[in-house]
Order: sequence, then structure tokens, then C-alpha cells
Amino acid sequence: MESLTTEGLTPSTALPARLAAQFSVSPSVCYQCKKCSAGCPLTFAMDLLPDTVIRLALLGQEEALLRCRTIWVCASCVTCTTRCPNGIDIAGVMDWLKEEAVRRGVAVPQPEVATFHRYFLDSIRRGGGRLSETALMQRYTLFQLRRRPNLAELVRQLKLGWELFRRRRLRLWGPPALKGRQDIRAIFEKAGA
Amino acid sequence: MQVSYYPGCSLEGTAADYAASISAVAPLLGVELLELEDWNCCGASAAHSLNHELALALPGRNLTLARKRGLDVVVPCALCFNRLKAAEKETAEPAARPVRIWDLLDFLTQETFLTQVSRRLVKPLTGLKAVAYYGCLSARPPQITDKPDWENPTAMDRLLEALGAEALDWSYKTDCCGAGLAVARPDIIDTLVGRLYDRALAAGAECFVVSCQMCQANLDLTQSRISEKTGMRYYLPVLYFTELLGLALGHPGAAGWLSRHLVDPRPLLAGKGLL
Repeated sequence: MESLTTEGLTPSTALPARLAAQFSVSPSVCYQCKKCSAGCPLTFAMDLLPDTVIRLALLGQEEALLRCRTIWVCASCVTCTTRCPNGIDIAGVMDWLKEEAVRRGVAVPQPEVATFHRYFLDSIRRGGGRLSETALMQRYTLFQLRRRPNLAELVRQLKLGWELFRRRRLRLWGPPALKGRQDIRAIFEKAGA
Repeated sequence: MQVSYYPGCSLEGTAADYAASISAVAPLLGVELLELEDWNCCGASAAHSLNHELALALPGRNLTLARKRGLDVVVPCALCFNRLKAAEKETAEPAARPVRIWDLLDFLTQETFLTQVSRRLVKPLTGLKAVAYYGCLSARPPQITDKPDWENPTAMDRLLEALGAEALDWSYKTDCCGAGLAVARPDIIDTLVGRLYDRALAAGAECFVVSCQMCQANLDLTQSRISEKTGMRYYLPVLYFTELLGLALGHPGAAGWLSRHLVDPRPLLAGKGLL
């Protein structure tokens, strides 16, 4: 993790104002106790610590935040939000930044994670309301193979699939058609997903 | 007692073993699970990561279905439970009689059931040393889950004691296993889950007991890979609390559910004379 200095940054008020409007507790109440980072189990995989994300958000550093790895390796365990003494929804800010990054078409540094999420939602929409784990895994495995052909990994996946199949834990047919599939389509359309 | 039951997508697939043990155990305690008709996926991590509106609207539809049905809802999956609770907090309660959303573990460990269980033990789980692993989202954040004991939950520990097992104290009960990243970043899982294995072993545990099927999959399906990577040869079966409940109450299906895990718990249980 790089050490970070806020020296030389040009603050902007646009991002903190949007976050203050979006969340019931404005992130501007952060007093940098760093309890979020102290309890975060994922810091080893992050480029910015959670407290730094909040700090940079308050300084309006959108570019740095929308391109960082941290928001995508956050596992959404919500320990940070739970322990924040000021009630800031730090995990919620991570989600907000992910959504914003995708909406703006920013090059995501963790395309695996973003693509998995997108395929997951596609699978619900296509299936008419429920997830098909098998279809999701097939599509994601093909995506990974196109990016980085890796025979050993493919063999590992197929072996795992077989182990689940022979234990009757792999459902080969899709989810049942819901009576409310029109509702589902409307929900997706309204949310623009 | 009748309740609505929201199984969630993975209980129709990779967690079919959990689903089987739940359906078998509930009637033993006089609980009739009525599957919520026409339920849909809650959107899980994908929706709350990419589309806030969708992340509330998908579980919102389930909430509407549940309120129409008018029975309390019981949810085994921690993430489904969390999303349904999040939707509940966002919408006004329209019904005269509020419908309560229960996490399955909390529901089945109410005092009345624990008393029943201890009275009706067929096969006490004597000598089984376990750590209760609760994971994240059935507990956190308390503003959503309404849990009083989010840092140190004890429901599963109390159940294990009632079943005659030894529930060991450890500090990683609610530490994240990273299940949401299991597919996209398996390398991260190796670190997070490896840490849980080591801590469980340090506490003297022979197995994990869980109530979340994502925790189960993440600790079970990865164990051979992590063993290979670390050279540690871990053997830590990951059991659902409902499987142990069924086993201790003498349900004949127990051995069948247990045979569907990747880390086979049967040698451990047979060694204790429990199978």
C-alpha cells in the first residue's frame, strides 16, 4: 500500500456534497479515528485504506476514488459501518463509488469482480427472477478463459463442478419461471439495470 | 406453527444439502415451513454493488409477497436475510400486523425450541469440539439486522451446548470469509479462509458449525485448494447447525445430508460414535 499524503491535492466540494445528500449521516463527520481500517479484514488486498477513502471523498478526489482497487476488493462485510463511532455508512460509500465508477465507464482495476456482478444480475434478469448458479459460472468461466487462458484453472473448475454434480448440488436446468416475471422485468427496467 | 419460508437461490442449487436438512428438521420442532410463493432473487452483492435501486426493489417484491401472506418469514441465507431487512427499513409498514423477518438460526434457537431439543435428544453430540461460525450479514449492521449481539452472537453456541457438543470460544465468530469474492478473487479467499482454519485449530476445534450456505461453501469447497497451497492438510468439516440438530434428534436422513459435503464429516462423526 502506498503511503498517502493529502498535500498538493486540490479539494473540490462536489463529491462531499453529493455524499451528504445521499446518506443519512454525512461522511463529513469523520474524525479519522481509523477504526474502520483497524477492523477491516481485507486491508491486505487494498490500495487505499477505508479511512483514506473517506478522507479523499471529503476532499472531493473523485478520480482517485473511482479508479482505486479498494472499492472492488471490499467484501461488503460491513464491519467498518458497524463500528464507526460517528455512524458513517462506509461500506455504503464503497458501494456508491462502485456504482458511480461503472456508470461513468471508468476503467475498473478489478474487472473480474465487476464482470461477475454484472453477469449475476444478467442471470437474474434472463432467468425471469431467480439466479441460475450454473449458467452464471459457465459464462464467467468463459470470460476468464478469454482473458487469461489457463488450462489448470479450467480443469480445477470442471473437477469442482463434477464433485458438486455427483453430490446432487449442481442444478443443470434453469430456475422455474415466475408468475411475476413481468414484475421482475419492470423492476430491472425502472432501475436501468 | 406456520411461517413463510424464503429459501433463496443457492438452496435450490449448491446448497441443496442445507435445504434438505432444514425441511427435515423444522417439522421435528413443530414448525411448518410454507415456501413463499413466487419469491425472487434478492440481487445479493451484485445488486448492492452496482445498482442501489435494484438492491432494494428486488427484495422489496419479496417483502410485499410476505406481507400479503401475513406470516413471519424465516430466511436461512444471511445475505438474503440482510437484503430483506434492508428493504424493510426502506419501506413503510403497511400491514396492521407487522410481519417479522427472522434469520433461521435465531428462529430455531428461541428458548422454547432449545428446551424442546434438550428434552428430546436421541443422540447427544458428546465429545464433539466445534467452533460456531456466524459470518457477517446475519449480524451486521445492527441498524439493519436489529440484532442485539452483533459482535459476539451466542445463539449457535447455546444450541451446540443443548445438543451436548462442546462449543469452543474463539474470536473469529463474525470475521468475514469473503464469500462474495470467492469466484472473482479466489486468492483473497485463500488468505481469509486460511486464517479462519488456523484460528479454529488454535481454539481446539475439530469442525466448524455454520448457518450461512455461503460461509459453508467458502470454507468447504476451498479446503483442498488451501491445503495444497499451504501444505497444511487441513481436515475441518463444515457442518450446518440444522444437520447437527437432525443428527442429535435422531433423524434418519442425517448421514445423507452429511455425505454431500466436499470435506467429508462422516469420519469425524463416526470416530465419536455419532454415525
